[in-house]
Amino acid sequence: MNVLVYLIPISLLLGGLGLAAFFWTLKSSQYDDPDGDSQRILSDLWDDAPPED
Amino acid sequence: MSVPISACPACDAAPLAEEQAGKGYRGNGAEAQRLMLSLPQIYCAACISGVERGLATRPGVRSARVNLTLKRATVEADPDVEAQDLADYLTGIGFEAYELDGVALSATETDRKGRDLLMRLGVAGFAMMNVMLLSVAVWSGATDATRDLFHWISAGIAIPTVAFSSQVFFKSAWSALRVGRLNMDVPISLAILLAVGMSIFEVMNSGEHAYFDAALSLTFFLLAGRYLDYRTRSVARSAAEELSALEVPRAHRLSDAGEEVVPVAELNVGDIVRVVPGARVPVDGVVTTGESELDRSLLTGESLPVPTAPDGSVMTGEVNLTGPLTVRVTAAGRDSTLHRMADLVAIAETARNKYTSLADKAAAVYAPVVHLLALGAFLFWVWYSGGDWRMAMNIAVATLIITCPCALGLAVPAVNTAASGTLFKQGMLLKSATAMERLAEVDHVVFDKTGTLTEGKPEPDDLAAHKADDLSVALALAEGSSHPLAQALTRATRAAGISPARLERVKEIPGKGIVADWQGREVRLGRAEWLGANAVGQTATYLKVGDRHTVAFTFTDALRDGADEAIAALKAQGIAVTLISGDVPAAVADIAGRVGISDWQADTLPEDKAAYVGQLAKAGHKVLMVGDGLNDTAALAAAHVSISPASALEATRVVSDIVLLGSSLAPLGGSVALAKSATRRIKENFAIAAGSNAVAIPIALIGLATPLAAALAMSLSSITVSVNALRLRKS
Repeated sequence: MNVLVYLIPISLLLGGLGLAAFFWTLKSSQYDDPDGDSQRILSDLWDDAPPED
Repeated sequence: MSVPISACPACDAAPLAEEQAGKGYRGNGAEAQRLMLSLPQIYCAACISGVERGLATRPGVRSARVNLTLKRATVEADPDVEAQDLADYLTGIGFEAYELDGVALSATETDRKGRDLLMRLGVAGFAMMNVMLLSVAVWSGATDATRDLFHWISAGIAIPTVAFSSQVFFKSAWSALRVGRLNMDVPISLAILLAVGMSIFEVMNSGEHAYFDAALSLTFFLLAGRYLDYRTRSVARSAAEELSALEVPRAHRLSDAGEEVVPVAELNVGDIVRVVPGARVPVDGVVTTGESELDRSLLTGESLPVPTAPDGSVMTGEVNLTGPLTVRVTAAGRDSTLHRMADLVAIAETARNKYTSLADKAAAVYAPVVHLLALGAFLFWVWYSGGDWRMAMNIAVATLIITCPCALGLAVPAVNTAASGTLFKQGMLLKSATAMERLAEVDHVVFDKTGTLTEGKPEPDDLAAHKADDLSVALALAEGSSHPLAQALTRATRAAGISPARLERVKEIPGKGIVADWQGREVRLGRAEWLGANAVGQTATYLKVGDRHTVAFTFTDALRDGADEAIAALKAQGIAVTLISGDVPAAVADIAGRVGISDWQADTLPEDKAAYVGQLAKAGHKVLMVGDGLNDTAALAAAHVSISPASALEATRVVSDIVLLGSSLAPLGGSVALAKSATRRIKENFAIAAGSNAVAIPIALIGLATPLAAALAMSLSSITVSVNALRLRKS
């Protein structure tokens, strides 16, 4: 059961990374226009990120 | 280095910066303004790039971004760029566009509440998954120190998460309790707090069962429902704001300093405003100078223009057709006819707001039942076990968790989101939260004519019946005028390949018509009285050549796109359709015949319309009223559910539950069927939830529910109802 000593922190860390990534996407306006984003991949007028508010 | 010739000092100062940015025009140095355009008909990638590319070519535009979800474009531009010009340009290149009032929209621009909910949802999801993993270890047989360790870690994750994510429920529950009421959030908060509190106590005493996972998944599922609910509402609310923003209220005020453009809200009684031909009258007032004709169709439904002259009164919402007018303001803003109408309507509205949605009905039963069950279980087990309150408490907590209102909290928003999203894609906007359920009950549809079934744009009929000479003279006369009938006549005769006659001394007399000389004779095109002609019973303009008798060019309204389609679809569903209009019988009969409505009424006053809708309601019918004019507002408010096109007056749209965003009526046909299937899904979901509770509650009450059973029951019912709701998107 000693394996738990490092497995549990690792799993929490990985989950936390996912959570941090979610916060980042939220802060950088990536959920403001889901319909538009799914269409924009077909456009050659691409951009790296939606403009910040 | 060459001498800078650009009008942009900032660009000249930093050519490198501009080059690096590499994105075209960077502005003329003045602070940029943000303009908003509504684009009701865009739907694809080509539309996005078409609009963005098109806007970028306009002078003064710095950047443009389309939001497809909101069907809206945001434009950064120089201060002197007019949004109306951009909208006209886009409409010209094939994307229907309207100017939006940025001030009215600013409230929804930064969607703080939505982000806040999403953040809490994300945290709850993260915590739920981690704790669930730890719990799986416990359920599959971890004992003693390992179990305690896992429980402690779970507690470490769960407590801060509940404190952060569940605040939404706590706040709402507390505000309800403070005024002595019970809402859905009271049992939810109680379940979460008791589950966490009990679990902490158990963990401290190395107990066997902990409910951290249940408390977290309860939070997560309900937050998901809350977020969906919020999204649906905020789309409706922002669109409602968008619609009020569509009417940019400005007026040309004449003062000693000259003419200035001011917001209507700043006008005072006694001010003089100028109303140019083609513009909507912004205030109630009295004409001081100028002669013209007014289009009152939005107020009364009549399609014939009404002449006006000095001392004539004008009302907000009328459209000035021919000559420029100056108007002395007698009432503006809040006191104007339009607003007083809107106030009357607000009273009628509250009557209808009493409609209780299915979810509210279910919630009213749910909260007391759950509390009584849990309390009953607690008391029974304390008595039965002879004072073992710890076990009794565990059973009460399990009961609270298992009866979790996930079906209520998640199923209804999920169905509503799916259904209103589908309708929004088709160009129908649900403003009211209960509109969907009411739409599902409709069995009788009442249409208005002018501006609803028709475009409100006249088209001349039967040109071939006229002599070629008459047509070419009429065309030559009409060409120079901005009167809608003249313009329609010009378009139609040109399309028929007729060339204009050669005229001399052409003169337009505002409010009357056009006069000129043709081959030494006087020719006139205009109103019947002015020519001494006998008026015919429909919209017409008259031509008089020399002393010859007059010729009448009659007009009929063009049908709105999709009108016949929508009516055929409604009839196919067995829904009765009536046409009721304030216009003359001949015009109404013609339109009724063209769209295939056999039941019609003409010459109705606004009160008649409302009374007719009231009669139908009394007879037990659920009436859907579709109308656009101010004369329809009373009927719209009296109907069970109401729809208005986006071109309607603001007061009319305010009373409507649903607004048609595009110019086509076609989506109307399918919407009733969609609403019916949405309501059916909601009821199915209640049945699923009730069924799973019927099994789970007895298990909890007799004390057999473990945390595993609770987690299973909750997840299963939540997922089933969500999947059932999603089926709606397919159909």
